[in-house]
Amino acid sequence: MSAELVLSGAIFIGLAIIIPIVMIMTVMLGPRSDSAAKNDPYESGIKHVVGHADQKFSVKFYLLAILFLIFDIEAVFMYPWAVSLRELGVFGLIEMTVFILLLLTGLIYILKKGVLNWR
Amino acid sequence: MSLTLLNVVLAVFIAICFVGANAAYLVWCERKGAGFYQRRPGPMENGWWGLLQPPIDGVKLMTKQLLIPGGVDKAIFMVAPVLAMFPALISFVTIPFSDNIVAHPIDVGVLVIFAFAALGGMSLLVAGWGSRNKYSMISSVRAVSQTVAYEIPLLITTITIVMISGSLNLGDIVQQQLDGFLSWNVWPLHKEVGFNLLMPVSFLILFVCSVAETNRAPFDLGEAESELVAGFHTEYSSMGFGLFFMGEYANIVIGSCLITILFLGGWSCPFGDLGIFPFTHNVGWFLLKIYLIIFVFIWIRWTFPRTTIYGLLNLSWKYLIPISLFNLLLTAGLLKVF
Amino acid sequence: MSQPIELQKDETFVLNVGPQHPATHGVLRVKMTMDGEYIYKAETVLGYIHRMHEKMAENRTYPQYMPNMGRLDYLSAMAFNHGYALVVERACGIEVPERAEYIRVITVELNRISSHLVWLGAYVLDLGGFTPLMYCFDDREQILDLLESVTGSRLTYCYFRFGGLYNDIDDEFITGTRAFIIRMRKELKMYAKLVTGNIILMKRLQGHGIIDKDMCQRYGATGPVARGSGLNYDVRKNEPYSVYPELDFDIPVNDGCDSYARYLVRMEEMEQSLRIIEQALDKLPEGPVNPEKKPKLIKPPSGDYYAAVETARGNFGIRLVSDGGKNAYRLKLRSPTYSNMHLFDEACRGMLLADALAFMGSLDLVIPEMDR
Repeated sequence: MSAELVLSGAIFIGLAIIIPIVMIMTVMLGPRSDSAAKNDPYESGIKHVVGHADQKFSVKFYLLAILFLIFDIEAVFMYPWAVSLRELGVFGLIEMTVFILLLLTGLIYILKKGVLNWR
Repeated sequence: MSLTLLNVVLAVFIAICFVGANAAYLVWCERKGAGFYQRRPGPMENGWWGLLQPPIDGVKLMTKQLLIPGGVDKAIFMVAPVLAMFPALISFVTIPFSDNIVAHPIDVGVLVIFAFAALGGMSLLVAGWGSRNKYSMISSVRAVSQTVAYEIPLLITTITIVMISGSLNLGDIVQQQLDGFLSWNVWPLHKEVGFNLLMPVSFLILFVCSVAETNRAPFDLGEAESELVAGFHTEYSSMGFGLFFMGEYANIVIGSCLITILFLGGWSCPFGDLGIFPFTHNVGWFLLKIYLIIFVFIWIRWTFPRTTIYGLLNLSWKYLIPISLFNLLLTAGLLKVF
Repeated sequence: MSQPIELQKDETFVLNVGPQHPATHGVLRVKMTMDGEYIYKAETVLGYIHRMHEKMAENRTYPQYMPNMGRLDYLSAMAFNHGYALVVERACGIEVPERAEYIRVITVELNRISSHLVWLGAYVLDLGGFTPLMYCFDDREQILDLLESVTGSRLTYCYFRFGGLYNDIDDEFITGTRAFIIRMRKELKMYAKLVTGNIILMKRLQGHGIIDKDMCQRYGATGPVARGSGLNYDVRKNEPYSVYPELDFDIPVNDGCDSYARYLVRMEEMEQSLRIIEQALDKLPEGPVNPEKKPKLIKPPSGDYYAAVETARGNFGIRLVSDGGKNAYRLKLRSPTYSNMHLFDEACRGMLLADALAFMGSLDLVIPEMDR
C-alpha cells in the first residue's frame, strides 16, 4: 500500500515539476518583445475599449449554479448508498426513492418557475 | 511491489510519455480525421503522412513568445494552463489499463476522476477571469455553467453503475464485465439487474456528458470561435495555449477511458477469454476501445454545428438529469427484485 | 418562445464585435451593448474599408471605372459589372448584341451560385460546423475555373464592356458548364440531406432572427433577406433587364421571416440559377459579342440615369448623373447589404449573442460592398 502511495506521489511530483519546466522553457526560448498595442487585451482590434473586463457582469446562470449545488450534494449522498445498497435492503431503497422524488419535484418546480426560459 | 528509485522513475516516465504521446498524436488524428471528412488529405508535409507534425508543432509553440498582456492577473493567468493539464494527467494514476497495469488502484477511483475533472473545469474559469478580456469573461461564465450542468447527469449515471457493481474501484467494475460482450454494462440484459432497457440510454447520457465536459464540438461553447474569438484562451499564446490544447486531448482520453471502463468492459475481450493471445483479456482491447470512442468524438466534432448555451443547458436540466435519475431508481428497484 | 427577459440597463457593458472578429467576415465593427449574454443594443460602425469608390467615379473615365465594380462586392462581381454596364449603355444608347446578353446572364448566374456557396460554407462555419465550408469551396472552385477560362480572373472580374463583353465563350466553357449543372444538382441534394435537415442547425435557425415584412420595407432590405420575409421582390422579375424576361424561372419566397427562411431561400435560388443557366445555354444564339457600332469615346449626354440589377445579395442600384464630360458628374451606388445590415440593430435587441451572430450571418454581409 505504502509503495503504491509513494508511486502515485512520485507521479504527482514528476508532473508538478515537468509542466512548470515546459512553461519556463517557453519563456526562455521564446522571443521577448513588447509594445503598447501588443499588451492590450484583445477586443477585435479596438484600441480604446469601453469599460474593463472585470467590471460588473450580469450572469444569468446564477440560479443554475445554486441548483447545481443542491444536486451535487444529492449525488454525494447517493454514492455511499449505492455502494451499500445490498446491505441496506428495501428500507434504503424506499428512503432514497422518497429523497429523489423530493428533488425531482424541486427540479420541476424550478423549471416551471422559468429558470431555463431563454429567448 | 518492490519499490526502488528506478521503478518510480520508470513509472513516472511511462505515465508521462503515454499521456504526452497521446495528447500530441491525437492532434494528428484529429487533423487527419478532419481531412477525411472534408475530402482533403490533412497534414502531409512533415514526415510520412505528416507524422512528424506534432513534435514540430510542439517545438514551434515552445519557441514562440509567451505574451502576458498588461492588464492580466499574472499569477492566475500563469496557473490556468497548468491547471488545465495537471488534473487530466493525474487522473491517469487511477485508470486500470488491464488487471495489472495501474499506477494506483484507489478504492474510490471514480470519485477521484470526477474530482480532478471538476478541477479541469476550474481552469477555464480561472483562465477567463485572469485574462481580463471580455470574450474570455463571457466564455468562462459559459464554461462553468456548462461543466456544472453536465456533471450531475455524469455523476448520477455513474452511480447506476456503482450500484450494480457495489464498488467505487474502477478495477472491480471491470472485473464484473469479463464474460464476453453480453456481460458489459451497456446491454439491457444484465446478470445483476435482469432486464433494464434504460442502460443503453444511460450509456448515451454518459457519452454526451463526456463530450460536454471535455468542451468538444458540438458543445464547445467556451471557445465558440465565431462568437467569442477563442473564448477563455484568447489571450494565451505559445505554450500557454499549447497546454490548454494538450489538456483538452488528455481529457478526451480520460473521458473515453471512463466510458470504456463503466460501460464497455474495460480490458475484457468481447468474446470472453479464449486463451489464445489476441483473444485474452489484455490491454490491447482497452486501447482499441478507447481509440474507437475517440474516433467517434472526432467524427462528431467534424459533423455537427455548435449548439447554443441555452440549448445545452436545457438538454442537461430538462432531459438528461430526469432521465438519469429515473434510470437510477429503476436500476435500484430491479436490483432488489431480482 | 417564452416571455422576454427584462434587460437591466445599469448592468450593461460594451463589447466590440469587429473589426477583427471571426463572425463579421471582414472589417465590420458592431458595438454591442450587452447585459450578460443578451444584446441591449447594437451599433454598426462602418468606415474601416472605405475606399471612396463614388468619388473615384468622378475622376476616372467610364471605361477606367469598370474594374472598380469587381472590388465592390468581391463575391458577386459579375452582377456589379452588369449594373454599371447597364447604366452606361442606357445613358449612351448602346445596343447590346443578343449573344452577349445571354452570356452575361450565364456568367452572372454562375457567379450568383458561387456567391451563395461561399455564404453557405461561411454561414455553417459561423454556426460552428467546419466541414460544409470545404465542400462548398470545392464546388465553387469549379465555377471559378469556368469563369477564369473566359474572363481571365477568378474573383474580381472585369468581363463586361459597354455594349458587349471582353471576349466570347468557347465550346469548352459550354460543355464545362453543362457538366457543372449536373454536378451541382447532385451536390445540392447532398447539402439538403447533410446541412438543411440537421437538427442542431434547425434549432438554431428556426424562430430566431425574425424580421417581418414591415421592417424589411422600412429599412429597404432586398434580396434573399426580403424574400425570406415573404416579400416577393426581385429586380429580375419586377424591373426586368437583359434577357431575363425570355427565361423561365421562379423567385423563391418564404414566409418564415426567420434565419431558416432566408437559408431556404438561398438554397432554392441556387437551383433556380441552375435552371436559368441551362435555358440560357440552350437558347444561346450565334453572332458577335460586341456591337458593330460603338462610340470611340464614352461620353453620355448630360442627364440623370438609373439602372438596377439583382446581385446575390439584393438590389444593386446605380445612379449616374452626367454633364456630358468624360467623367461622371456624380455616381451613386446603392448596395444591398448596406440596407440589409441596418435592420440588424432593431432586430437583434434582446437576442443572445450566439443567436445574434447567427442572424448576422443569415444577412450574408460583404463588407467592401457595404462600406464603399
